[in-house]
Amino acid sequence: MDVLNFEYMIGLVPVLLRYLPLTLQLAGIGMVLALILACLFAVVRVLRIPVLNQLTIVFISFFRGTPLLVQLFLFYYGLPQLVSALTVIDGITATIMGLTMHFSAYMAESIRAAIVGVDRSQTEAALSIGMTNGQLMRRIVLPQATRVALPTLMNYFIDMIKATSLAFTLGVTELMGATQKEAAGSFLYFEAFIVAAIMYWVVVEILSKLQNYLEFRLNKAYSR
Amino acid sequence: MIKLESLSKHFGETVVLESIDLAIEKGEIVVIIGPSGTGKSTLLRCINFLEQPTAGTMTVGDLTVDVNRATRKEILSMRRRTAFVFQNYALFANKTALQNIAERLLVVDRWPKEKAYRRAREILEQIGLADKADAYPASMSGGQQQRVGIGRAMAAGAEVILFDEPTSSLDPEWVEEVLGLMKQLASERQTMMVVTHEMSFARDVADRVIFIDGGRIVEQGPPSEIFYHPKDPRTKDFLKKILATNPV
Repeated sequence: MDVLNFEYMIGLVPVLLRYLPLTLQLAGIGMVLALILACLFAVVRVLRIPVLNQLTIVFISFFRGTPLLVQLFLFYYGLPQLVSALTVIDGITATIMGLTMHFSAYMAESIRAAIVGVDRSQTEAALSIGMTNGQLMRRIVLPQATRVALPTLMNYFIDMIKATSLAFTLGVTELMGATQKEAAGSFLYFEAFIVAAIMYWVVVEILSKLQNYLEFRLNKAYSR
Repeated sequence: MIKLESLSKHFGETVVLESIDLAIEKGEIVVIIGPSGTGKSTLLRCINFLEQPTAGTMTVGDLTVDVNRATRKEILSMRRRTAFVFQNYALFANKTALQNIAERLLVVDRWPKEKAYRRAREILEQIGLADKADAYPASMSGGQQQRVGIGRAMAAGAEVILFDEPTSSLDPEWVEEVLGLMKQLASERQTMMVVTHEMSFARDVADRVIFIDGGRIVEQGPPSEIFYHPKDPRTKDFLKKILATNPV
């Protein structure tokens, strides 16, 4: 009785591994861009910079309030229709744009909360010795906010890695797209997707270990 | 030298400081006493621009500003001339004792690293915490944290150090070591303005004691006069109450 075709599964591993780098690139680039955007949003929200603050609120509301898949389709099919110069936008670019904006909206809120959570008296102390707002953000507030925000940010990163699988709907052959193609050729859908699932899982597990390590490092200053 | 002229601070309708005039000489030790909520802390915070004063002019060293016309640059410059010691220490939690003291030299005064850390180590020696150079605030006692807080203020080479109830948050066992350090600074003629309820410190160390009530300077003079021959009934009343619980 063969429930699973193990031979096929083992053979599939090296085939699918070739598409893992693209998955990681989508998530990696998306995460870096989302972090930058989220930090900017958070600072705009904390300092309540006029106009930008209102725009940021609307942006966050939209990208948190609509499904990622809808956003990806908007970028991929919608933008070229709107601006003809963007007809060259490919699936990979659209995916990165979608992931960046979607996750920056979530991350902005957790970064904002972490910034607000840094003891107000330290801000005063930094001002009292003559630091500028930029210096006190960079040297005192953000390093401490990072520690608070890290677990949630890592969660979003993990979520983003899995969300890259939606890119296959835009015709991108990343891990999910490749699995779909392989399975369609062999009709061994169950086997193929188990292999893909395990690959996502292993990547996420490695990240969780990294998270533990980073948390340990960042907490060093705060343990008695 | 520090000079305040008609310095006022209002929070909306509430008048916290009403037209304060005050001149402090270089090397003078001034202790400010008075009931809670009468503007003592606000006065110090205004001098450091942690609060924006409502009106008046301030002079610290060779810089005079009209508080309403002060530019961002002048505010920064004012803060750099005045160092602040906080009631709750307010050390940077992500930095070691050494880094807390060196921070201002590195970032604000832009000293080279080596010079800044050398100076910070000297200060750690002075405040008796050379062995805590690499300790983070979370691992230090309240007394040690406040001494680092004072060390951070000393690093500035400021015209004046403003102490805002520096021992009020401390467990009684740590009060003496902090007061001891302040006395040491006083003996080196570091200009100081101290808001405190430690009456024996005021009596022994101050050149001048200022009694503030209702946002005004009610009475001021050398400690011998204020403590033993107060003139204003409010001063008498305050001293009677505080000396009953906090004998000199």
